[in-house]
Amino acid sequence: MVTAEQVWDALAEIPDPEIPVISLVDLGVIRSVDVAGEQVRVEFTPTFLGCPALEVMRDAMTDRIAALGAEPEVRVITDDSWSTDRITPEGREKLRASGFAPPAPRENGGPQLVQLQSKAFRCPYCGSRDTALENIFGPTPCRSVRYCRSCRQPFEQFKTI
Amino acid sequence: MSAQRLLELADDELILGWRNSEWTGIAPMLEEDVAFSSIAQNEIGHARALYELAARELGTTADELAFDRSPDEYRCSKLVQLQLVPDWARTIARHVVYERADQQRLEALKGSDEAELAGLAAKIDREEAYHRMHAQMWAERLADEPRFNEALAELEPLVDARDEHLPELGELWEEMTMVRRSVAGATW
Repeated sequence: MVTAEQVWDALAEIPDPEIPVISLVDLGVIRSVDVAGEQVRVEFTPTFLGCPALEVMRDAMTDRIAALGAEPEVRVITDDSWSTDRITPEGREKLRASGFAPPAPRENGGPQLVQLQSKAFRCPYCGSRDTALENIFGPTPCRSVRYCRSCRQPFEQFKTI
Repeated sequence: MSAQRLLELADDELILGWRNSEWTGIAPMLEEDVAFSSIAQNEIGHARALYELAARELGTTADELAFDRSPDEYRCSKLVQLQLVPDWARTIARHVVYERADQQRLEALKGSDEAELAGLAAKIDREEAYHRMHAQMWAERLADEPRFNEALAELEPLVDARDEHLPELGELWEEMTMVRRSVAGATW
């Protein structure tokens, strides 16, 4: 019989389809794992509602759980429980190490344009705060593009949501 | 909330998403190709989640609601029906007008007694915050531009006009549903 711990370990091996340096567990999108006999129920929250990786993630979870010999039920929960604050400290470090600046903590009232235009964001390559907003939007909905004036390198900034 | 009101929201987001995607590849600068494509992707994602809520109430599916109604059954605002390419000033004016109205609507829905709807509205709002920042940035840039200000005055009254169906909505519908209509039994 499969245990919840085995399921969590299996899910921790599934990479985010668009940012494969971090796993679904690092990303904080797995809300719960419930094991009842052969049945395993996983609840997960999308990061962004229009994220095309949603189906890929759901299918990958279903396959991994089935590979453990259990019957998977993966439920997508579109409530407000996911925020970038749920990315784990390990996940944040993995992002930074691969050139994605991790999201700033969410403050009351949410992000403001004046903050994005400030120098509060650190370059993931050289650590300088002398960085400028290039574009609020980037290669996927969850990222912005910034430019580091210190090491003259553009980089991707995970949006705070 | 009634399924009809949910459809108003979902239709607004779907049609605006399509309109925004018309800038993909031809926006005045590369950054805006990326921005409008990304905003389009978000809006269509919101539409899908809203259609799913409505579909459960109506005993149908999100895809059927999005693509199997006739153009005159859509409940979207006249604001989002307009085909504005290649007019950048009016596109930005619509963006500003829509995001402002959408913010008010989402604020009200976040306080809804229906927990599922309130939660979804709050999730949508987290993403919309970035659309609003983008609109704000452009509104500041174009603040002294007469074409932008004329467009604001022209478009503001259209937000709540839902009973009129412009011919260009029918043209968009043809394009939007073409694949689905051409493949019998397709499940997308």
